[in-house]
Amino acid sequence: MAFVQLENLGKRYGEIDAVVATNLSVEKGEFVSLLGPSGCGKTTTLQMIAGFVEVSSGRIVLDGRDITHAKPASRGLGVVFQSYALFPHMTVQDNVAFGLRMRKVPNGELQQRVDRVLKLVRLHQHAERYPRELSGGQRQRVALARALVIEPPVLLLDEPLSNLDANLREEMQFEIRRIQREVGITTLMVTHDQSEALSISDRVVVMQAGRITQIDAPYTLYEHPRTEFISGFVGKANLLPGERDGAGVVQVCNTGNGELTLSLRPEKIDLREKGHGRLQGKIASRFFLGSQWLYGVTTTLGELCVVRRNDGSAPLAEGTAVGLDWDAALLRVLSVDEVSA
Amino acid sequence: MNTLAAIRQGRQGYVLSAPALALYVGLLAIPLLLTLVLSLNVFDYSSGINSDAYTFAHYSSLLGDPYFYEIFLRTMWISALTTLLCVLIGVPEAYILSRMGAPWRSIFLILILTPLLISVVVRAFGWSLLLGADGLVNQTLQAFGGSPMKLLYTPFAVVIALVHVMLPFMIIPVWTSLQKLDPAAEQAALSLGASHFTVIRKVVLPQVMPGVLSGTLIVFGLAASSFAIPGLLGGRRLKMVATLIYDQYLSELNWPMGAAIAVALLLLNLLIMLSWNRMIEGRYKKSLG
Repeated sequence: MAFVQLENLGKRYGEIDAVVATNLSVEKGEFVSLLGPSGCGKTTTLQMIAGFVEVSSGRIVLDGRDITHAKPASRGLGVVFQSYALFPHMTVQDNVAFGLRMRKVPNGELQQRVDRVLKLVRLHQHAERYPRELSGGQRQRVALARALVIEPPVLLLDEPLSNLDANLREEMQFEIRRIQREVGITTLMVTHDQSEALSISDRVVVMQAGRITQIDAPYTLYEHPRTEFISGFVGKANLLPGERDGAGVVQVCNTGNGELTLSLRPEKIDLREKGHGRLQGKIASRFFLGSQWLYGVTTTLGELCVVRRNDGSAPLAEGTAVGLDWDAALLRVLSVDEVSA
Repeated sequence: MNTLAAIRQGRQGYVLSAPALALYVGLLAIPLLLTLVLSLNVFDYSSGINSDAYTFAHYSSLLGDPYFYEIFLRTMWISALTTLLCVLIGVPEAYILSRMGAPWRSIFLILILTPLLISVVVRAFGWSLLLGADGLVNQTLQAFGGSPMKLLYTPFAVVIALVHVMLPFMIIPVWTSLQKLDPAAEQAALSLGASHFTVIRKVVLPQVMPGVLSGTLIVFGLAASSFAIPGLLGGRRLKMVATLIYDQYLSELNWPMGAAIAVALLLLNLLIMLSWNRMIEGRYKKSLG
């Protein structure tokens, strides 16, 4: 049996189903992200696990113990909130020590554990500061330290990075992953940011309209998105009409009417000279992203997105006629969305 | 920002604030100054106020007479008790109010505020109807076989009516500080193993202390200088400082003495409120900024 198990978990608010019959198993030490657009039920799921939201149906099992209706205090889980929810009237030290004081940990041990966790998040020099004297990233780490110090069986992160600016967000992604690895704690993170989910999770759970639509490792999720929605939500995707040829191999249909919808990632398309390749087109737009060039190419199948590595050579000018080529094995067949997001 | 900075530096600032300043000087500073001067004038029962002669006699009789001490002391303890009761009732009330759902919250907030729309005099008469010798309370007591109690014209009546009048002034500032709390902080405390009671004691209360502080200052200040309620519910015998001043002015016609008492009340109020503010703010300033 898995360490954390959600069995047919559901939540109804009046007439609205926020979460529908969700099943999920998380192994010990695993880092799992719940990814989805806002309103997909991912935060509600996390809040049910934390115990802040009443469960309408189904069960939550933690390490063999049914905690479906347990009080938040008795679950002993570590929670990091989107707003960090630090206690503004307490120093960093007191914020972190709060959970240990509630557990009546003797003073000597308390001090040791607080020091150790503050070192882990690299804030031991700011122990006497108040939250308002800290930067966003530092507050985030205090929140993390406060949740970790009680040595919870599971760490729950609710959009932990959404209040940080872009550079800091990337830095904190790695920081969270480092700390999670070091402590070896089972972690569930809610996020709407696909790059965040892909970069730090062991597995990503995609949620849409209260349902889980795909659970996979980040690489598999990116390479084999199951539906049109997922292919567009996780990374960029070109959607092409397709059909199976006589041998059962999937091919793009250049006429435009295929029975299948295919997904082709922008970086999987090669730009060739005019006249070569599987499809002809003309560069309509180009955007410089630093490490990459992003081209919009007009073709008979509509505008396709192509990403080229910035290898130092001159980029193609807008208006250039080009040929597009790809490896047919990289085409992915998408199933029709069963839920509307 | 730039225009603001320019205004702060130049003389324009004084020009722009002149209307408010004039109002403040005309309606507060000058009358206060006149009262101070009046309190130093010589008074004689046969010839009245002599505005050319000055004396500290009123202040020395104020300091020397135990009759005044008693009234001042009563005013202070009644105000302090009123403040304490307002804290004990108002803080939980504000907390409950802040946790209410959408329609009820506004309804109850309006209910709390409506008494402010009714004249204090009307409310004081309402209380005297309830608490009088033939009032509803005593009628009920008698109906159950009890003997009637003297409720009206006692400190009890004054305190209960003052609490009733002052409660909104405690609830509003506390409610305002509660609005600033992050509800997730309470959830965080719960998840860290705190009971609901501990959450309120360790997380909520310390954060609303600035609101409680303003509430106590407003309530104490208003209670110590209240006139209508002690006048109507305290009667002729149970005097408070404000009613004493009234008597000096209108019964004794000893205006300088009345002015001296008024100045003394102002100073005492200032002293108590400033030291209270210092004491509480000193404790919470560092943590709450």
